[in-house]
Amino acid sequence: MTKLATGVAFAEFADAVKAAEATAPKTRIFVGMSTCGVASGAGPVYDAIAAELAASGNPAIEVVRAGCVGLCYAEPTVEVQVPGRPVVTLGGVTPARGRELVKELAVAAEPAKPLSVGDAIFKKQLRIALRNCGRIDPEKIEDYIRNGGYVQLAKILDGMKPEEVIATVKASGLRGRGGAGFTTGLKWEYARAAAAAPKYIVCNADEGDPGAFMDRSVLEGDPHSVLEAMTVAGYAIGARYGYIYCRAEYPLAVKRLEVAIAQSRALGLLGENILGSGFAFDLEIKLGAGAFVCGEETALIHSIEGKRGEPTVKPPFPAESGLWGKSTTVNNVETLACIQPILEKGAAWFKAIGTPKCAGTKVFALAGDVKNVGLAEVPMGTTIREVLEEIGGGSRDGRPLKAVQTGGPSGGCIPAEKFDTPIEYDTLGALGSIMGSGGLIVMGQKTSMVKIAHYYMEFSCDESCGKCTPCRVGNRRLYEILERILAGKGKPEDLPKLEELGNVIKDTALCGLGQTSPNPVLSTLRWFRSEYEDCIKNGGVKPPVYTVNDKCIGCRACAKACPVQCIEGALKKKHVIDQSKCIHCGACETKCRFGAIDSE
Amino acid sequence: MPLVNIIIDGVKTQVSSDSTILDAARKVNINIPTLCHLELHNKETVNRVASCRICVVEVEGRRNLAPACSTKVQNGMVIRTHSPRVIKSRRVLMQLLLSNHPKDCLNCYASGNCDLQTLSNDMHTDSNRFEGAHSDFMVETSSESIVRDLNKCIRCRRCETACNDMQTVGVLSGVGRGFDMVVGPAFHAPLEKTQCVFCGQCVKVCPTGALMGKSHVEEVWNAINDPEKVVVVQTAPAVRAALGEEFGMEPGKCVTGRMVTGLRRLGFNHVFDTNFAADLTIVEEATEFIHRLKHGGRLPMLTSCCPAWVKFFEHQFQDLLDVPSTCKSPHEMFGAITKTYWAEKMKIDPAKIVVVSIMPCLSKKYEASRKELSSSGHQDVDYVLSTRELGRMLREAGVDFQSLPDGEFDNPLGFSSGGADIFAVSGGVCEAALRMAAEVISGKELDSVDFEEVRGTKGLRHAHVEIAGMEVNVAIACGLGHARRLLEEVRAGKSHYHLIEIMACPGGCICGGGQPFVDSREEIEVMKKRAQAIYAEDAGKEIRSSHKNPYIQELYKEFLGEAYGEKAHKLLHTGYTSREKL
Ligand SMILES: Cc1cc2nc3c(=O)[nH]c(=O)nc-3n(C[C@H](O)[C@H](O)[C@H](O)COP(=O)(O)O)c2cc1C
Ligand code: SF4
Ligand code: SF4
Ligand code: SF4
Repeated sequence: MTKLATGVAFAEFADAVKAAEATAPKTRIFVGMSTCGVASGAGPVYDAIAAELAASGNPAIEVVRAGCVGLCYAEPTVEVQVPGRPVVTLGGVTPARGRELVKELAVAAEPAKPLSVGDAIFKKQLRIALRNCGRIDPEKIEDYIRNGGYVQLAKILDGMKPEEVIATVKASGLRGRGGAGFTTGLKWEYARAAAAAPKYIVCNADEGDPGAFMDRSVLEGDPHSVLEAMTVAGYAIGARYGYIYCRAEYPLAVKRLEVAIAQSRALGLLGENILGSGFAFDLEIKLGAGAFVCGEETALIHSIEGKRGEPTVKPPFPAESGLWGKSTTVNNVETLACIQPILEKGAAWFKAIGTPKCAGTKVFALAGDVKNVGLAEVPMGTTIREVLEEIGGGSRDGRPLKAVQTGGPSGGCIPAEKFDTPIEYDTLGALGSIMGSGGLIVMGQKTSMVKIAHYYMEFSCDESCGKCTPCRVGNRRLYEILERILAGKGKPEDLPKLEELGNVIKDTALCGLGQTSPNPVLSTLRWFRSEYEDCIKNGGVKPPVYTVNDKCIGCRACAKACPVQCIEGALKKKHVIDQSKCIHCGACETKCRFGAIDSE
Repeated sequence: MPLVNIIIDGVKTQVSSDSTILDAARKVNINIPTLCHLELHNKETVNRVASCRICVVEVEGRRNLAPACSTKVQNGMVIRTHSPRVIKSRRVLMQLLLSNHPKDCLNCYASGNCDLQTLSNDMHTDSNRFEGAHSDFMVETSSESIVRDLNKCIRCRRCETACNDMQTVGVLSGVGRGFDMVVGPAFHAPLEKTQCVFCGQCVKVCPTGALMGKSHVEEVWNAINDPEKVVVVQTAPAVRAALGEEFGMEPGKCVTGRMVTGLRRLGFNHVFDTNFAADLTIVEEATEFIHRLKHGGRLPMLTSCCPAWVKFFEHQFQDLLDVPSTCKSPHEMFGAITKTYWAEKMKIDPAKIVVVSIMPCLSKKYEASRKELSSSGHQDVDYVLSTRELGRMLREAGVDFQSLPDGEFDNPLGFSSGGADIFAVSGGVCEAALRMAAEVISGKELDSVDFEEVRGTKGLRHAHVEIAGMEVNVAIACGLGHARRLLEEVRAGKSHYHLIEIMACPGGCICGGGQPFVDSREEIEVMKKRAQAIYAEDAGKEIRSSHKNPYIQELYKEFLGEAYGEKAHKLLHTGYTSREKL
C-alpha cells in the first residue's frame, strides 16, 4: 500500500475500489468469524467453502472472513450476498453444508434452506453501529472503504471546521452508548473548549458487563469504523493522540484493531499530515486490567496512566482533567461506530430515528430464557416486548416471560407487565433500571427473583474497587442479608433494611458502579416483593414441586432419569412422583419430551 | 478568584469560587463531619480521595448527595448539611464502617485519639446494626517502629497520601479489591521489607488505631525493675517542647525540668540529655564540614541526624552515599559514649548499662536496631520510647506531671549549649553547625549567634551566609518530598549548596512521628509554638555554641582526643548501605 498524500489521492483510491466492484460484481459468502463464530465451529466451515471454491475455480464467488451478525443461537452462520439481491442468512452451517452451498450457488441465484426466523429478526432491526458487521472482511481496509468508509474523514479534512463537525454530531442527538447517555456532541464541545494541548481521545472498549458483546462485535467486525470516528473526534476536539482501551480478554478484537491501525497508517489515514491536510493523529491500544470498574472512565484513565484502576471524584470531568491531567474525551465503541453514518447521512437523518429524547439505535445483547439469543440493533423507543418477543422469539418453553434485567449487573429487573415500555434512558430509569451498555437478560417464570438479586450483588461485591465505604461495605452487607434470606434466616425487618441500605448506597457511592449496584435488589423488591416475603415466611426459596400431568404417555424416560428413583408407573400408564423422596433436581422435566411434567 | 453566592443551611454567604463546600461551611462555622479528608501543612498536601463519604451533603437540584470535601461551590448553590436525608445516610455509612471494625476501643492505643470513635460518639448510632463478615488481617509487627492492625483501617487513604504525596516514599497504596481492599505495601509485603523509612507520618495522620508506633514500654519497665541493670535515659531536644501536651498543657510550653523529675520518679538511674550528644555531633559534623570545605571534599555535605532521611537516601539515592556526613545521630553518639567513656569513668560494666532514648520519632526505634550502630561493643542504644509512650508511662505510674518540681539533668552527659536545643527544629542543625564553623574558620567570636535566615516553617528554604569572607550556601528541607528535590539537584550536578540540612518530618523533630497527636488543621500553629519554645530555650542558655560546652571539651581532652580524629571516627561515625529500591 502506498501512502495517500492528498484528499484527491484518497478519492481516486476509493473510486478504484468501487469501480472494481461495479465492473465485476461478486457473489460473497460471509462466514461469521468473530470469537463466538469461531468458537462454534466457523473455522472448518470457512475452510470447507474456500476449498470447494478453489476446486470449482469460480471467480465470481468470494468467501469472506466476516464479523458477527449477532445470531448467536444459530452459529455458525453464513450469509450470502448475490449482487442485486437481499442478503440471505443460513444458520447452523456445517462444513458439508458449506460445500453444498458453493455448488448450489453455481447454479441457483439463492441458497436453499435459509434461516426462517432470520427475516423477522432483521425486520425489527436497524443496523447503524453494526452496519458492516458480518458484511465486510474486517481485515481489509478496502472493504470498509467500499462501503463509504474514510470518505467522511477525507471530506472533513478537506475544509470542514472542527466546530462544524461538532455541530453535526450535536444536532444528531447522539448520546453516549457506554451507559450514562451523555450527549456526545456536547462532550466534544467541552473538550474543544478546554485549554491547552495536548488533549486525548480515548475509546472505551473495556466492555466488562458479563453477557455484553456489542462492542466486541464492532471491533471484530468493523474496526475501521472506530478508527475513522476517533480520527474525526481528534480533529474536532483538537487531539493528536488517541488510546483504545480494550479488554485483554478480547484477543481477536485486539488483533483486528492492530491490523486496521497498520493499514490506516500505511494508507496515510493515521499519522502525520493526514491526506495532506496538516492534521496529525495517531493512536495506540492499551490492554485493560480485566476489572469491570476499569470501564468507568476515571478508573480507565488511571489504568492507562499505570496507576491502580480506581475511580476518582467527578468533577473534574475527564474533558477538563483526564489523562496526565490533560483534557480527555472518553467515548464508547458503539458511540463511535455511529459517527461515520451520521456524517454520511446527516444529523437530521439520525435525529429522525428513535425518539425525540433518544435519537438513533441501540444494540442489545439478548440472553437468558429466550429462543433467539444474540445481538439486535433497534431504534430507540422500540418496546421491550418487541425486542424480547419479536426478535428474541419469546421464552424457550413457550410460557410467558416473567421479567427482564436491563443494563448489565447493576441494572434493575423489569416485570412483564411493563414490557410495553419503549426503551429509552429515562423510561428505564423510571422503572428502577438503566440502559447501561445494553444487556438484556430474560427471565422465565421459574426464576427466583431473590436469587437473581443475590447473584448480581455477588458480582458487584466482587467488582467493587473497594475505595468508598457504601460500595465496599454496603454492597457486602446487602449481599449478606440476601444470603440469610435465601438460607431461610430472613426476618421481615430485613426488607426495609435492604431498601434503606440500597438507597443510601445509591445516594452516596463515589462512582457509577456503587451508584447503580443496588438496582437489582431495589427493583426486585419493588416489583416482586412477595417473593421476598414468601422466602422469609417459608424459610428460604421454595424448591420447585414437580408433578406429572395428563400428557404423560408412560414412556418411563423420566423414571429412568430420576437419580433417586422416586417416579413410579407402569409402561404406557401415567406416572406419579413420590413427593416425599423428590430432591427437586428437575431431571424428569428435562428428560420428558411430551411436556408432561409441571413444575411450580 | 471570583466570589460566588451560596446558601448553606439557610445562611447566605459569599465564598471564593475555588472553595469546596467543606471550606465554605467552615467559613460560616458549620462543621461538616469528615474522616478521610485531610489538609496537611497549610494545604501543601491534601487528601481528597473522598472515600469515606461521611461528609455528604444535599445540594439542591443534584441527583445524589455530594461529598462536601471534594465538591466545588457554584454560584447559586443551595446546600443542606444536616437534612434528614443527609443524617440518615451518614448514620448508615458510620454503621457500615463500624460493621467491619473490631470495636475493641478499650484495648486500642488510639482510644481517645480516634476520629472514628469521636464521630461515632457524636452520632450515637447503633454500631451493631449491620452484621456480617469482618476483615481478618494479621497484626503486622515486622518493623521496630510501626505496628499495623488493618482490621481497624477505614480505608481513608490518609497514610497513602502522607507517604506518597508528602514524603514521596511511595510504600502505601490500595491493595486488593472490594471488601478485601485495604491500604498497605504492594502484595501485602511486611513494612520491614519495603523502602519505608519509618518516619511515622502515616501514623500521625491515621484517624484510627490501624497504624501505631511500636511500644517498648514493657521492655523499659522490665529494665528499670531489673536490679542488675543500670538504666540510663536520654531525652531528645524536641521532647521537652511537646511532652506537656500529653498532660493537657498548652502547646509551646517547655517542660524540661518537670520531665527530668518525672523520669527520676519512674526509676531511671541516670537522667541525661541527648542535647549533650547534639553538641558532640556539631563538633564532629562542623569539623567534617570544615575539613570538606578546606580539602576539596565532597560538597554539598548533607546532615545525617535523621534516621528516616538516612534510610530514604539509602534506598532512593544509592549513587550519593558519599554526600551525607558520616556522623551518627546524636542519640547514637550518646549511646556509644555512655557505654565507653562514661562506663569507664563510673566503673560500670557496659554490658549492664541499658540506654533508653526518649525521642519524638518512630524511626529512631528502627535506627537503634541497626546492627552497625554498636561501636561501643554493645548495641549503642537499647530502647527508644516516643514522647507519647513517655506520657503514657508517666500517667500509668500516677505521676502528677503538671505539679512536678523542676529537676536538673545529671552530669557530665546532661549539660548542653543552645546549639543543641535547636536540633529540634528544622534549620537548627544547620544553624548550630554554622555557629561553630563560623567561629572556627574566622577564629573570631560571633557578635550574634542567631542565624535568622535559616529559620522558618517552609518545607524548602535556602540562604547564604558569609563566613570569613567566604560565601556559604545552605539549603534546608523538611519533609522528604522537599528533600527529594534537593537530592535530584545534587544528582544532576546542579547543586550550588555547601551544606544541606534535611529532616524527614515537616517542621523538623518537633513534629516527628512520635510526638503528641495534633489535629492536622492546627498542626502549623502547634509547630510554630513548639519552635518558639525551643528558640526560647536556646536564647536562655548561657552557652549558645556547641564547641563551647565545657563537658564536651572535657570529653575530648580526657577520652576522644582530636575532633574528627581516629577514636572519634570509630565511635561517632558510621557508613551507609545501599538498599533495594522496590
Ligand atoms: C462501573 C462502570 C463500568 C463501565 N464500563 C464501561 C465499559 O465497559 N464501556 C464503556 O464504554 N463505558 C463504560 N462505563 C461508562 C464510562 O464511564 C463512560 O461514561 C463512557 O465510556 C463514556 O462514553 P460514551 O459517552 O460514549 O458512553 C462504565 C461506567 C461504570 C460506572
Ligand atoms: S462506588 Fe464502588 S467501584 Fe466506585 S469508587 Fe466506590 S468502591 Fe469503587
Ligand atoms: S513511616 Fe513514613 S515512609 Fe513508612 S509508610 Fe509511613 S509515611 Fe511511608
Ligand atoms: S491505615 Fe489508617 S490512615 Fe491508612 S487508610 Fe487505614 S485508617 Fe486510613
